[in-house]
Formats: sequence, C-alpha cells, structure tokens
Amino acid sequence: MGVITKDSHKQHISQQFNSELSELKNHLLVMGGVVEKQVAEAVDALVKGDTALADLVLARDEDVNRLELMIDEECTQVIAKRQPTASDLRLVMSVAKMVSDLERMGDEASKVAKMAIVLSEEGESPRGYVEVRHIGEHVSRMVRDSLDAFARFDANKALSVMKEDKSVDNEYKTATRSLVTFMMEDPRSISQVLSVMWVLRALERIGDHACNVAEHVIYMVKGKDVRHISVELAEKAIEGKR
Amino acid sequence: MTEAAQTKTHAIDISSLGRVSEALNLENEKISLEIKDLKLSYGEKEALHGINLRIPQKRVTSFIGPSGCGKSTLLRCFNRMNDLVDGCNINGQVLLDDQNIYDRKVDVAELRRRVGMVFQKPNPFPKSIYENVAYGLRIQGINKKRVLDETVEWALRSAALWDEVKDRLDESALGMSGGQQQRLVIARTVAVKPEVLLLDEPASALDPLSTLKIEELIHELKNDYTIVIVTHNMQQAARVSDYTAFMYMGDMVEFGSTNELFTNPSKKQTEDYITGRYG
Repeated sequence: MGVITKDSHKQHISQQFNSELSELKNHLLVMGGVVEKQVAEAVDALVKGDTALADLVLARDEDVNRLELMIDEECTQVIAKRQPTASDLRLVMSVAKMVSDLERMGDEASKVAKMAIVLSEEGESPRGYVEVRHIGEHVSRMVRDSLDAFARFDANKALSVMKEDKSVDNEYKTATRSLVTFMMEDPRSISQVLSVMWVLRALERIGDHACNVAEHVIYMVKGKDVRHISVELAEKAIEGKR
Repeated sequence: MTEAAQTKTHAIDISSLGRVSEALNLENEKISLEIKDLKLSYGEKEALHGINLRIPQKRVTSFIGPSGCGKSTLLRCFNRMNDLVDGCNINGQVLLDDQNIYDRKVDVAELRRRVGMVFQKPNPFPKSIYENVAYGLRIQGINKKRVLDETVEWALRSAALWDEVKDRLDESALGMSGGQQQRLVIARTVAVKPEVLLLDEPASALDPLSTLKIEELIHELKNDYTIVIVTHNMQQAARVSDYTAFMYMGDMVEFGSTNELFTNPSKKQTEDYITGRYG
C-alpha cells in the first residue's frame, strides 16, 4: 500500500474529483469545529450556570444537523458519479460514518446544555461540578485530537485518542461512585445529583464517539479496521507491515 | 431563547460553504438546442419516435442507453449528418437559437461550423499537426499566417495539447498517440469557434488515462461551449455531464440533472439500466 497523506486526494487527473474530495474533507472539518465548540460551551454553560450560552449550544445543533444532511448528500454524489476506489473509497466511507458520530456528539452536547438550564433554574450549585469540568475538558481534548488526526491523516494521533478513551471511562466510573456517596449522605440532593449523573453520562458518550472517529481515521489512513479490538491489537495493526 | 442566543443563532453560514457541484435546474438554464417532436426513419423503419428535448447552453449533456436505442442517430441530427444517409427521412424541428436547422434556407456548411462534431475514432487528416488545426480556417478563406498561428496555438491550448506538441507542429498528425490524436481532432473542431460540440463516444477507443484527460478537457471546454456527448460508458456520463438523457428503443425515457438521474431516477427503466438490471 502506498503511503496515504493528507495531500493524496489532490493528485487525480480530474480536477473536479480533487475538489469534490477536498470539499468533503473541509466540510467534515467545519462540522467537527462546530461540534467541538458545542461540547466545550455546553460544559462551560453548566459549570457557570450560563443559560444564554446553553441556548446557543442548542441553536448550534441545527447547524450540525444541516451539515450532516449536506455531507451525506455529497458522499452519495461522489460514490454515484466517481466510483471511488482504494484510499478515495476509504475516505468517502469514513467521512460518511464520522458524520453520524459527530452528529451524535452534537446531540449529547445538547443534552448537557438542557441539563445546564434545568440545574441553573433549580439554583444552588450542586455537587459533582468538579468532575464535570474535569471529564468535560478531557473529552473536549479527545474531540479536538480526533479531528486533528483526520485533518492530518495521522494514524498515531488517532491511536492516542483511542487510548484516552480508557482513562475517560475510568474517570467516569470514579465520578459515579462519589456521586452515589453524595446521594446516600443527603437524599434531598438526589434529583440534582441525578441530573449531574446524566451530564457525565453524556460526556462519556461523547468520548466514545470521538474514539469512533479516531478508529475511522485509522481505517482511512492505514486501511485497517480497528473497531472492536483492544488498543494493543490496534497498535500492532498500525505498525504491522502488509 | 435569550436575546444573546438569538443574535448568534448560527455559528456558521452553511450557504457560504463552497459547493463544487451546484444544484442544477433545467428551468434556470439558457437553452441552446431545442428539439421538437423529432421523428426519423431509415426507409420503413422508424428509429426515433418523436423526441422532445431542450439542451442547455454551456453545459455538458450526455445521452446514454443500450446499443441501437438511437443516441448517435439523435446526435447526428444536430448538425444534419443524417442528410448523407440514403433513405433517411426526418420530421420535426431542431432549433438552434430559435432557427430550425432543417429549414431550406440554412447553409449546411455554416451549420456544421457552428455545430462541430468529434467521432469515436480519431480521424486526423494525413497532414501536419499544424495543418490539421488550420484546415477549417483555410476552408473559410483565412490565410494570414499571423491569424493562423494564433488560432492554432489557442485551439491546441484549449485542447490541452499545446505543451505536448509545440515543438513538432510540422510533424505528421498520424505519428501521435490515439489520445493525442483525439485531442487534436477536438482542437481542429474548436479552431473554427463553434457554439455546440457534439462528441460521439469520444473516449471509447482510448486507454483509461487518455480517457480521463479527455474528460477533464470536456469539463474545461464547457465554460465556452455547449457540449453533447454520446457514451456507452455510464460512469463516464456520470463523471462528465451536468444533464443526462436516457434513451431506449428510439424514445427519450428520462432527461434530468445527472446528480438526480444517477441517485434517484424517476423511471423504473432508467433505474434498471443504470444499475445493470437491464436485460
């Protein structure tokens, strides 16, 4: 297999094909940028009790949905008109799948924003915000890194995102345990703490989707399908020669 | 929703994102050729049963369909090539800029200058590369060397051939490769500044790379010409054209934007043909 770089898709005889593929990449990155912002702002809105910011996050979801429709349509057109093969085909397939992951991230960010509005209306800053901020930052970084890996066709960076997912899962478990303790200590806080639990759950899901994006990047660059296998095996698959 | 959120509802303006393939709509196009109820028969046998079609200006329109469906016959009607066929009978109208090209007053030689044609097999004249391109101009009585030189260079550049042949313009055109010959023929057609280019299977005798070069050329040329292409290769139609017409047994089954026709055709027959279920 030849080495696939971020410029591999600009070398077709057909300029039109070149621009269609780079357009596909650019639009996915635009969508990724919006989602990345949504995630960061949703966490911010919650921690600061900023309902205006939460509204903004909800409004952005519409942009994300429209971009999803648009990119899907573009993928369909490229397949129908160009019959892409090899690395081009992997690019198109990966983009089509990443689009749904990004869209789901947007949905999860919207959930966080909704909870931010609910919690701020209830007043009184509840417990668990430290965990939310911590996991929120961690997950935002994963989203950013997975998009970076896509933009640069960097399989190693994608692999590092997959590794991060493990530690987010652990942080999520720890946070859940301590929130359960809070609830046992003070039953009056149960409803609020439950809301925070939902937020953490949403953030953890965003991490999972970022991990999926990273897996698609590895497939796109290396042609190896690393879904449903351990990170160690994925690492070997990337290094392994054909 | 709060005021702050309303003012910044959209983080990005999606309509401003560049789209390579604009959405096309026949309603908004200028029409170059209009075909009205065109019937054609070879002797007793009717080959086209009343075709109605509007071919948009400065776009690529492709005709697809199984062998013998009448695509080439229809294409040849656009510059009266069928006049040369014995026993060929044509009824109906083909309007080029609102003038029926089958009108008695029409000068056929002038029509064929305005509507150029390129065939399946490259057919360069057994002359030099330069003389091949200059041929049409010389016939028109243009003999000034400066004008000829300029036009030959311009035509060869339009056909993406100049850089490959500029050092050997005096060599015979028959020494060129098939792909180069085909581009030379396109240059020869373009040299007389036609309005419409008819391409009858222009790439079917070429290797895949030359084919892609021709396709890229077609994409460039549509900025200046209305292009109609007949092809057996459906993928080629999908790649190069803006509009596609599917013909079957002398009828126009479906005509629409290529994007639409190849992702969601409206007729079952079209779907069967483009998905390979036609049998």
